[in-house]
Amino acid sequence: MFCEKAVELIRELHRMTDGQLPAFNEDGLRQVLQEMEALYEQNQADVNEAKAEGRAELIPSIKLRHCCLLRNQRCLTAYLYDRLLRMRALRWEYGSVLPANVRFHMCAEEVQWFSQYKKSLASFMRSLGGGEGLDLTQDMKPPKSLYIEVRCLKDHGEFEIDDGTVILLKKNSQHFLPRWKCEQLIRQGVLEHVVS
Amino acid sequence: MDTQSYLPVEPGVGMEENFLSLDDILLSHERLPIRTECRFPRLGYLERSTDAQDIPEGTKMELPLWLSKGLYEKKRRVLSVELPKVYREGWRTVFNADPNVVDLHKMGPYYYGLGSQMLHFDSPENPEIAQTLLQTFVGRFRRNMDSSQNAYNEDTSALVERLDSTCTLK
Repeated sequence: MFCEKAVELIRELHRMTDGQLPAFNEDGLRQVLQEMEALYEQNQADVNEAKAEGRAELIPSIKLRHCCLLRNQRCLTAYLYDRLLRMRALRWEYGSVLPANVRFHMCAEEVQWFSQYKKSLASFMRSLGGGEGLDLTQDMKPPKSLYIEVRCLKDHGEFEIDDGTVILLKKNSQHFLPRWKCEQLIRQGVLEHVVS
Repeated sequence: MDTQSYLPVEPGVGMEENFLSLDDILLSHERLPIRTECRFPRLGYLERSTDAQDIPEGTKMELPLWLSKGLYEKKRRVLSVELPKVYREGWRTVFNADPNVVDLHKMGPYYYGLGSQMLHFDSPENPEIAQTLLQTFVGRFRRNMDSSQNAYNEDTSALVERLDSTCTLK
């Protein structure tokens, strides 16, 4: 049956319910596009034959292939769109610089889309607060205090805070740091907010 | 990663599908038993039980929902769709008697979704099917809601296994 490869692409994304971005399946995309070309050519030939020789009984088959073309189109559009939604979420969760392993999973056009989205978001945020700008990606939950106690979950190396002090983030070390500095790292899973 | 920011396209409501919804695409991939009401020339290779070049009229085969919907026409010149077992009289009586007993996941993961889509095929039993779908949901809703609100720190996998994918609440 047609359109199996297209549905496989959808299943690939559907499996990752937590919003992770899997590698761009360029191969799969190409196979679906090839199937669409083959279907289209068969249909063109049948349509010409039906018109030239008046063979109306070819029409159900033409219609079937047309349904398959539409289905493949739907699957590809949904695949690409869902990936964009995941990339958009990455900007809000990780910040504007993505880790290299995530960037590897994006194709060239997606990288371009991401940088344009970043620019749009940045210019929007700059326009808020009467020309001063407001970082919307900070403080996603209402903060309870200015400084928070955090524990380091993995080795992250050196970390500089606003007054110039450099802190060494080693696994299992605890620190008392300003909330706004830690927020990105907490979301990335490097630090953990300790609630005593 | 915190998943608050990833907002996928949700499935459509009732008889509508959302074009970009991954759930709706997977739902419409389910296969249905159909009977062809006309000949499909040059597509014999899709129906592997014979070596014919065409699919003759009156062939019983299985087609995915998306294809059945696409080809179906009211005047029935193209194909006729058989109701899957779960939506027929026998099972409907079971659901009407006690909706909570049934393992919906075993009945196919998209009981409500597929049932709603079956209404597109103008079966004379449509009003009864719609009624049963609604009553089943209403009947199971109370227990599902209760379990999800009161499942703090417990392993709910045994419960969730018996739910349809629409109801698999976090």
